[in-house]
Amino acid sequence: MTTAISVSGLVKTFGRTRALDGLDLTVEQGEVHGFLGPNGSGKSTTIRVLLGLLRADSGTAVLLGGDPWRDAVPLHRRLAYVPGDVTLWRNLSGGEAIDLLGRLRGGLDPARRAALLERFELDPTKKGRAYSKGNRQKVALVAAFASDVDLLILDEPTSGLDPLMEEVFRDCVAEARDRGATVLLSSHILSEVEALCDRVSIIRAGRTVETGTLADLRHLTRTSIDAELAGPPPRPDYVHDLAVDGHRLRCQVDTDRLGDLLTALNAVGLRTLTSRPPTLEELFLRHYEGDPGGPGGPGEPAAAVVR
Amino acid sequence: MSGHALDAPGGHGLTGTGVLYRLALRRDRIALPVWVYLGTAMVASTVFSFRKLYADEDSRRTFAAGIDGNGSLRALYGPVFDGSTTGGLTAWRMGVFGAVLAALMSTLLVVRHTRAEEEDGRLELVGAGAVGRRAPLAAALCAALTANAALAALVAAALLAAGQSAAGALAFGLALGTTGLFFAALAAVTAQLAETARAANGLAGAAIGAAFVVRAIGDAGSGTSWISWLSPIGWAEQVRAFAGNRWWVLLLPLAGAALLTALARTLVARRDLGAGLLPQRPGPAAAAPALASAAALARRLQRGPLLGWTLALAAAGAVFGGVAKGVVDLIGDNQQMAEVLARMGGQQGVLNAYLSSIATVFGMVSAVYAVQAVLRMRAEEVSGRAEPVLAGAVSRLRWAAGHLLFPLLGTALLLAAAGLTAGLAEGLALGHGTGGAVGRMLGAALVQLPAVWLTAAAALAGYALLPHWAAAGWTGFGVFVLVAWLGPILQLPQGVLDLSPFSHLPHLPGGHLDAAPLLWITALTALTTAAALTALRRRDLG
Repeated sequence: MTTAISVSGLVKTFGRTRALDGLDLTVEQGEVHGFLGPNGSGKSTTIRVLLGLLRADSGTAVLLGGDPWRDAVPLHRRLAYVPGDVTLWRNLSGGEAIDLLGRLRGGLDPARRAALLERFELDPTKKGRAYSKGNRQKVALVAAFASDVDLLILDEPTSGLDPLMEEVFRDCVAEARDRGATVLLSSHILSEVEALCDRVSIIRAGRTVETGTLADLRHLTRTSIDAELAGPPPRPDYVHDLAVDGHRLRCQVDTDRLGDLLTALNAVGLRTLTSRPPTLEELFLRHYEGDPGGPGGPGEPAAAVVR
Repeated sequence: MSGHALDAPGGHGLTGTGVLYRLALRRDRIALPVWVYLGTAMVASTVFSFRKLYADEDSRRTFAAGIDGNGSLRALYGPVFDGSTTGGLTAWRMGVFGAVLAALMSTLLVVRHTRAEEEDGRLELVGAGAVGRRAPLAAALCAALTANAALAALVAAALLAAGQSAAGALAFGLALGTTGLFFAALAAVTAQLAETARAANGLAGAAIGAAFVVRAIGDAGSGTSWISWLSPIGWAEQVRAFAGNRWWVLLLPLAGAALLTALARTLVARRDLGAGLLPQRPGPAAAAPALASAAALARRLQRGPLLGWTLALAAAGAVFGGVAKGVVDLIGDNQQMAEVLARMGGQQGVLNAYLSSIATVFGMVSAVYAVQAVLRMRAEEVSGRAEPVLAGAVSRLRWAAGHLLFPLLGTALLLAAAGLTAGLAEGLALGHGTGGAVGRMLGAALVQLPAVWLTAAAALAGYALLPHWAAAGWTGFGVFVLVAWLGPILQLPQGVLDLSPFSHLPHLPGGHLDAAPLLWITALTALTTAAALTALRRRDLG
């Protein structure tokens, strides 16, 4: 597998603000890569460096084998971009904007364009100003998915779509992957990332705090256990949030100690057992627990999880 | 100010007007004082220069008689009702133009705080608060009332300071202020009809233009025609400040404003947020094959404004060319006025000096267009619309080149249009053949091009270096035009005048066509453009 996007040690400052602080990102060709982070964490800045709109202060970025700043024009023929906040020209209709954006990167497939208009239920004859936020986003999405490109860069593309349209969007991403395209999907909608992405990178304050497949990430974290035993439960010191109620035990266990816990429970005698892997939501929250003003206390520094 | 007591049941009232009114004044804390200052300064400079130019009553009466004998001057400025006082002459000279200025200020103000807010979606945010349905409209009209009251008071104060009669000064100030109020209420109606701010401004602007033309037709004949009474701008003239002060005429614009406000209020209640009453036409479902490049997009975005500017400059050329004979007759008698004109136009012979000075005006107006056309790029970048274009296979230079074609060639079109109509009208009016006149005026207009281009290049440099500072693009224009325009009047030293490229242009017609300044200004333009484009290529975008 070759690499579609390879970023390492990327730094970008705006005045005194350090928007990117040594960010790393690797996206393999043909995968759907989730790019997760809260508002202001540097997702859009990274994408705009990858598009050659911003120039990084230091670090390297390689996009489809080229330099995103120097080779912007030839690279852009091979990619399509959907911004998070789409603004359109007020005197151009949606259909005109779709055609224009498609042609600027070397043309689009008319049959696919027509099918996408149908699927997204978009009226292409309205003028730019008459579209709602969701419909402006659909204009950019139709233009992107109707193009035959190697790479799709989607920056929070579904923030204005209703659930039905989000379903259509997911199908379109899956089809793009089946065609062999690479997708970088920036999002903070975790269910979307969970449903679509092969691998994810979680960033925070301009740094990558975790990257890998969902399975990898889960491996690094805790599993919830709910068990009913034949006798009084054991109280091993390596579990977390332990709650014992008669013969019932509930706790969380680090994934690498799961085997030890099961052996201990088996020794008492298992009646029922429910184990639940952590959701992406839990993964995500754990990384931001240490945030000043965040929901969690200072007890769990995110850096501990990275190591 | 906040109208809880006036609030009708059902939330259709004026709640929140006070807050929105203060927000409007806060947002316009620069623009409104500039408009009011501009109007006051125009009146003040006119009254003081008339006081100097026509110091005694005899010279004033001769001057006034000259105007009244000339239909084309009456069409442009209106009749002189009493030329015996400096105030009377000022009211003649600035009445129509002051009224147009107040009308433009009021229209832009009201549309900016009503339809533009609605179009950009900000009113939705505001409207979700405890804000009555009519509050934005009421707040915009209150802001317009404040601005026009300030204009009226300051204009009256300027005339008083020049030693004119208090009643006349007040009548003139109120004539301008009430005209502004009338057009504010008219804009409140067009903001309900149209779905976009641009269209609302366009409708109101067309009404201002029609009001100007109607009274021009009425005033062109000798004596006051009933036609002038059909125009709100005609009412401002008919107040006859410094010539009897007919106060009751002020009731006409006030009554009109009240009626239009009532109409706007009814229309607000009848439509949805964001909707207009005029239908919006759908566009094509697919783009024409030609719309396939960044340059094609730039053409699409810039062609409408260029057409409008070309028509406006052609019309201005016809008007200024057409009054050439009147100006010559008028100034022939006044040595001092001829000298002022010669300082600006730098020419021997009153006709050539006049023609040369109007060519300079065409150049400066074209420079406004050039700066606007350059700054279209900034609008595209700041709004985020440039981003998806530049994420296509489009280099920044190509993108910029598509837009820069307009300040480069569009300005030539504007100047050619103005020169053509000015020459034609002047030739017809003076009866000395149109062929030679057109050629002379075309040359005089086109010789402005290098200075216009340099102004555009300065705007490009300002945008390329400081994209987030809106005024950067206008700085060069401000320096160039103010120096060239006001410098000769203020008798600034030559070293200051030399800062403006307009000061270095040959004075055509009549003067010697020296190619050297044209060449070095063009060379400077090329250098500035190259430096600006290099900066644009290297910097962060968005």
